[in-house]
Amino acid sequence: MSRIDTRFAQLKATGRTGLIPFVTAGDPSPQHMVAMMHALVESGADLIELGVPFSDPMADGPVIQHASERAIAKGVGLAQVLGWVHAFRERDAETPIVLMGYLNPLEIHGYARFAQEAVAAGVDGVLLVDCPLEESTVLQSLREAGLQQILLAAPTTAPARMAQLCSSAEGFLYYVSFAGVTGAAQLSVSEIAERVAEVRSLAGTPVAVGFGIRDAASAAAIGGFADAVVIGSALVESLAAATDAADITGRVRSFLQPIRAALDAR
Amino acid sequence: MSKIADFNLYPDAHGRFGEYGGSYVAETLMAPLAELSEAYERLSTDPAFLAELDRDLQHYVGRPSPIYHAERLSRQVGGARILFKREDLNHTGAHKINNTIGQALVARHMGKQRVIAETGAGQHGVATATVAARFGMRCVVYMGAVDIERQKINVYRMKLLGAEVVPVTSGSKTLKDALNEAMRDWVTNVADTFYIIGTVAGPHPYPKMVRDFNAVVGREARAQMLAQYGRLPDVLTACVGGGSNAIGLFHAFLNDADVRIVGAEAAGEGIATGHHAASLAAGRPGVLHGNRTYVLCDDNGQITETHSVSAGLDYPGVGPEHAFLKDAGRAEYVGITDDEALEAFHLLARTEGILAALESSHAVAQAIKLARELPKDGIVLCNLSGRGDKDVHTIAAREGVSV
Repeated sequence: MSRIDTRFAQLKATGRTGLIPFVTAGDPSPQHMVAMMHALVESGADLIELGVPFSDPMADGPVIQHASERAIAKGVGLAQVLGWVHAFRERDAETPIVLMGYLNPLEIHGYARFAQEAVAAGVDGVLLVDCPLEESTVLQSLREAGLQQILLAAPTTAPARMAQLCSSAEGFLYYVSFAGVTGAAQLSVSEIAERVAEVRSLAGTPVAVGFGIRDAASAAAIGGFADAVVIGSALVESLAAATDAADITGRVRSFLQPIRAALDAR
Repeated sequence: MSKIADFNLYPDAHGRFGEYGGSYVAETLMAPLAELSEAYERLSTDPAFLAELDRDLQHYVGRPSPIYHAERLSRQVGGARILFKREDLNHTGAHKINNTIGQALVARHMGKQRVIAETGAGQHGVATATVAARFGMRCVVYMGAVDIERQKINVYRMKLLGAEVVPVTSGSKTLKDALNEAMRDWVTNVADTFYIIGTVAGPHPYPKMVRDFNAVVGREARAQMLAQYGRLPDVLTACVGGGSNAIGLFHAFLNDADVRIVGAEAAGEGIATGHHAASLAAGRPGVLHGNRTYVLCDDNGQITETHSVSAGLDYPGVGPEHAFLKDAGRAEYVGITDDEALEAFHLLARTEGILAALESSHAVAQAIKLARELPKDGIVLCNLSGRGDKDVHTIAAREGVSV
C-alpha cells in the first residue's frame, strides 16, 4: 500500500478530513525548505503538495506565478526539489509527498531518470497540470517505478470522461472547484457539493477539492463533503515575505493551525 | 529525404504529428477543446461554411494575393529569380487575417460572443480586433508589456478597432507570456469565450485549424506557379516564429518531393550568443503551450527568454508540424540574424519599393541566400507575410534616426 493510500485509509478510519497544503518548492527560502515541510506536518498537514517551479505556469494565478519566478531566480530546479524531499524523509517516513507542476521540467530531465530519482528520494506521486489522461502514456516509467499519477477533474469535465477519470484515478482524485486559475474567485459551495458527491460516488479513490480555498471558513465548508481540501495560493501568499526559519515556521503555524482546527471541529 | 508518403494524413485524430503536437492542457480545457474540435471538423467539410469563408477571403481580405517576380532584386542578387507571395497586400497587412477570419466564423457558428487573442508583433491582435469589429464580438487582446512598447502603432490600431489591449507583465513580458495569460482568461471564461490562437501552436485542434486557414496561401501559390510559370518553384522559404505563414505556404507543396523547403528562424544576435529565437535550429523537444514541440529551455526545463528584432518571431517554441517536418527531413530550418534581416529589409525597399515587415525580412534574407545558390533560371518562392509600416519606428530607433 502506498503512503498516499495508507494516509487516506487512516483519515477514513478516524473520520477526519485531509488537509493538503501546497507550497512552491524553494519559496520563500531554499535554505529553510525542509524545516518548512516539517512545520507543515506539525501544523496539521496530512499530505504535502510540493510545486516544482516552472517558467510558464499556464494554469496558475499571479500568486503562484510569482512564487515560481522567485524560486527560479534562485536557481531552484528538480534536483534541489528531490534533495529536499530526501532530506525531509530522514525525519518523516509517513507523510505522503506529491510533486505538482508542469511536464517540461520532467521531459527535459528525462522521465525514466526522474522516476528513479523521485522514488529514491521518497516522492509518492505526481500531479502534472498539463498532462491529461490522454497524454499520460509518457508517464509509463513513473508508474512502473511506483509513483502514483494524481488526476484532475474539473467542472467542465463531461460525464463520460468523468467516469473514465474516476476509474483511472490512483491515490486521490483532485477536483478543481471552479473553471479558472489557482487562487481566484469565490466559491459556490452548494454547486461544488453536488458535483463532488457525484464524483465520489464514481471514484474508487478519495476526492480532494482545491482552487479557491483560502481560510478556515472556506476549508470547513468544503471539508463538509470532500475527503480532503487543498490550500495553495493563500498559504503561498502568506509565506512570501517571510525572512528566516522562525518566521517561516511561525507563519505556517498561524496559517494552518486554525484550518486544521476548523476541519477537526466538524 | 523524407520517408513520409503523404503529409496530408497529419495530424492524427489526437492532433499528433508523429511524436509532436497533442493536447497538453489542464483538465478544465479538455471539454472546450473537444467541443471546438467537433465544431471545426463539422464546419471544415460543410460546403456552406467553406463558401462563406471563401466569400470573405475574396471580398474582405482581398484574396487571391499575387505572386510577384522581384526582377530588380533578383538582378542585384545575381542568382535565381525571386518571387514573392504578397500576403502583405491582404487587408490589415499580413497573412494573419486568413486565420482570424476563419476562426471568427467558427466562433460565430459556436455562438461565442467574446473573442480573446495573444499577440507578439501586434499583427495577430490587429487581425483579431478587425474580425471582431466586423462580426460585432467583444475582443480582448493580451500583449506582453515589452511588445506593447515596441509596437505602439499596432496597439493603437487595436484600440481604434474597439479591442481592449491587456498588458502582460509576468515572465519575459513577451509573446509566450501573452499566450499564458490568454490561456488563463480562456480557462476562466470558457462558457462564452472563443480563444483565437494566432499561430500553428497550442493544443489540438489549433495547429491543424490555423494551418488549414492559412493553407490558402500555398494552394493559391501552387496554382499561380503552374498557371504563370508552368512549373513549381525550386525552393520555398518563409520566416518561422510560431510558424503560421510558413506552414501556410509550405503545406500545399509538402507532397511535391522535388520542391525544397527552408524555414528562416530568428537568429537574433547570432545563435552562438544565446540571444536568439531559433527553436528548431537550436532547441530541443519539450512541452510548451499545450503541445510537444521544439522549445528553447535550460537544463531545468525552464523556458528561456528569446531575442529577436522582430516581435513576431520572438517566441521560444514553434508549431508542432514544423518540428515534425524537421525530424522527417522534409524541411530545413536555418537562422537569420537581426542584421541580415535589416539588410534585406533595406535592399527590398530600395530595389522593389516594398517595405517588408521585420518578420518577413528574415524570409527575404533567406530567399536572397537561396537565390545565390541557384542558376538564373531557378525560382525561389518567398512568403512576404506582412508589410513593414508597423516597424518603421523600431527601425528608425535602431538606426539612430528620430522620426
